[in-house]
Amino acid sequence: MTYALQTRNLVKKFGGFVATDDVTLNVTAGARQALIGPNGAGKTTLINLLTGFLEPTAGHVILGGDDVTALAQHARVKRGLARTFQINRLFADMTVLESVTLAVCERRGLGARWWKPSSAHSEAVDEAAELIARLRLAEVANERTKNLAYGKQRLIEIALALAAQPRVLLLDEPAAGVPTVESRELFETIAALPREVTIVLIEHDMDLVFRFADRISVLVSGALLIEDVPDAIARDPRVRQLYLGEAGHG
Amino acid sequence: MIANPLNAATPVVARVTHGVDLAPLARTARWQKAELAFWLLPIIGWFAFPDNLALLTQIAIIALFAISLDLILGYAGIVSLGHAAFFGLGAYAAGVLAKNGLGDPLLGLAAAVAVAAAAGFVTSFLVLRGADLTRLMVTLGVSLMLYEMANKLTDFTGGVDGLQGVEVKPLLGLFPFDIYGRTGYIYCFAVLFILFWVARHLVHSPFGLELRGIRLNALRMPALGAPVNRRLVAVYTIGAAYAGVAGALLTQTTQFVSIDVLSFPRSAELLLILVLGGTGTLYGAMLGALVFMVAHYLLADINPQYWQFWLGLLLVLVVLFAREGIMGGLRRLDAALSARKSGEVRR
Amino acid sequence: MTVLFDGVASGMLLFLISVGLSVTLGLMNFVNLAHGAFAMLGGYICVLLLNRLGVPFLVTLPIVIVLCGGVGVLLERTLYRRLYGASHLDQVLFSIGLVFMSISTAHYFFGAQQQPLQLPGFLRGQFDLPGLDIGVYRLFLIAVGLAVAVGLQWILTRTRFGAELRASVDNRRAARGLGISVDRVFSLAFALGSALAGLGGALGVETLGMDPEFPVKYIVYFLIVVAVGGSGNILGSLYASLILGITDVVGKYYLPQVGAFFIYAVMVVTLIFRPQGLFGRGVAK
Repeated sequence: MTYALQTRNLVKKFGGFVATDDVTLNVTAGARQALIGPNGAGKTTLINLLTGFLEPTAGHVILGGDDVTALAQHARVKRGLARTFQINRLFADMTVLESVTLAVCERRGLGARWWKPSSAHSEAVDEAAELIARLRLAEVANERTKNLAYGKQRLIEIALALAAQPRVLLLDEPAAGVPTVESRELFETIAALPREVTIVLIEHDMDLVFRFADRISVLVSGALLIEDVPDAIARDPRVRQLYLGEAGHG
Repeated sequence: MIANPLNAATPVVARVTHGVDLAPLARTARWQKAELAFWLLPIIGWFAFPDNLALLTQIAIIALFAISLDLILGYAGIVSLGHAAFFGLGAYAAGVLAKNGLGDPLLGLAAAVAVAAAAGFVTSFLVLRGADLTRLMVTLGVSLMLYEMANKLTDFTGGVDGLQGVEVKPLLGLFPFDIYGRTGYIYCFAVLFILFWVARHLVHSPFGLELRGIRLNALRMPALGAPVNRRLVAVYTIGAAYAGVAGALLTQTTQFVSIDVLSFPRSAELLLILVLGGTGTLYGAMLGALVFMVAHYLLADINPQYWQFWLGLLLVLVVLFAREGIMGGLRRLDAALSARKSGEVRR
Repeated sequence: MTVLFDGVASGMLLFLISVGLSVTLGLMNFVNLAHGAFAMLGGYICVLLLNRLGVPFLVTLPIVIVLCGGVGVLLERTLYRRLYGASHLDQVLFSIGLVFMSISTAHYFFGAQQQPLQLPGFLRGQFDLPGLDIGVYRLFLIAVGLAVAVGLQWILTRTRFGAELRASVDNRRAARGLGISVDRVFSLAFALGSALAGLGGALGVETLGMDPEFPVKYIVYFLIVVAVGGSGNILGSLYASLILGITDVVGKYYLPQVGAFFIYAVMVVTLIFRPQGLFGRGVAK
């Protein structure tokens, strides 16, 4: 059993506040795993720890069998770990094509090339175009990011992550702020991703979670409450209490 | 595909892949007609103002200095209050060499590049750490330290009185620097053009795209796998080298090094010039230098305090109302004209 | 020992002028390079009142405080406020523009020369103790500095305004949510900072001199205090000012060839190892 992504006793404290409490996670290669939990449960913090945006207070992050805890963000991306952000972090003044070309060039190791114009690196540009088309952004490819509708911007957010050709993709509430109609399109896109890519998804929309995920982890107050298949999660009394019972958010 | 000055004349072939129009991206790297027109200016200047070649040469030098700041500020987003440090280092490097018998101009340039780039490389690590204020302080602090050093090491630098006895040998052994400034003119504009051309390639390359990415969203870049620190060190070093060359050119054309090449007003003035022209375009840097130096020249008779007042007021007004400078204004003019031409109502 | 004492006095003066900058930067996240101009304003007002109108030195001080505070509020409401959300570069450029304007205005009205100042008799002279000469004026500076430091701490910890100020520095949005008029807090804080700067400028005429180039000559020192002391940190500013004042005076006394180089080097080295300053909280994003 190969695990694409693991954590071992991962802890993150901010002063006295424990944001991540001894989390041990094992994500199988090719899984579609959802990470759910009430607001403030520490889901985004966990993603930040996995990607290297935050340094853990204790514990390890293991990617494809290698301990990457000491590696910087960009090094982990090169090892096949990519993420999207809950609030778009895009290049407002760049066009879609420029943004995706940037990401593709970096992946192809062209980031330090300083002579030929980006547009002349035709393989990179073609790859960017193909990715843009796949995400149904072709018509707006030459529009500036800041001029696009939020739903489209969310797709760009995903395009940037996919450009890295990750083996593990972490999606932080991809549908957040996106109108329902557009979020269907978003999820179809995600569902259409190749099976070899392992996906870990933070999402609040339970409908989408239960349709998409084959495993669900529940995070509460920084600790892993339970991890199981969707049916088991739906039936678990603690989870039911969390979402349907008394106010469970911290 | 190297930028071909002639391709402005060939029609743009629309290349569409996977339904995506690649033409706009390709278009940004091509030489525009306006660019070619701009580079006719030095040629026109030679014939139109034969008695003012010295002034025009100074404009070329400041234009290069402004480009050096544009690379780190306009493209990579590093706010520096002490860029004069590298300008001054280059100036002194060339000056000290020339004073001690090694006055070949190209050798002076090489020395300036070496010294300024080394300083840029070393200080770049300081610039990576901390927030904006820290960066401002560090860049300012370094330039002030250098100023004080130059002030105290009078035997070496001439101190406040400046470095005298700078003897510049003929360019390539053939062309002496004459009092009309003809050699100086061609020399400086040639250097400006070559370095501009290199910078132009740089900003349109994937490296340039990464710099823009860093400026637009520094936190996203590592998530794309980009080694941000490495890129910043690289561009800061290049920016320092360019500034060093500008400083050396100043020394070689004026045969003197004044201590104010390292001063804070120098750095502050450069910021103004760059913002006036518009950041992140290379041409804005050069236009800003042109407008500023010409205005300074025309208004030179005015009491220096009046000049400083209007400069300050200009700065305040530009920041409040015309933040994108001359290039911004030109861009809006261009957009308005094209909209009218095509008859469509653009957004 | 005298050198040490002089350094402390120098530090106190530095603190008076810089503390306002620390508050503005920490509170409004606004890089105001024109802060020295308020000090200059205070200095010139004091000199004008003293020399032209014969106002006693100590009486000029409260006038300076009120006027500089008033100008501060005026500028804050009309100009500074527009740039709160702007990038630090814009703020730097804007404040440099204001500096240029203030310097040239000072040149126009007062000329380039140093302003003469006659201290009242009871502030002149010194006490000669074994191994230590205590200048009366310097003692006065230290007293005023301490009084201000204590006063500020009291305002910050014991008054409602102080609580609102601390809340606004910590989390602007949350403070607004609590009903705090953050705009009013900003204006008052800016006024306070400018008033103190003016006071410092007036008090500094005797030891630092006063000429139109004052803002540019000393802005670096003020920035150093803020950078090393941690922005928004009043006690930090005090400690940093003292350290800087002592280092500067001691440095210039024992190593005059080195001059101000030492101060700048200390700052750069400090910021390398602790980018948030010696007393700042955490690394700012």
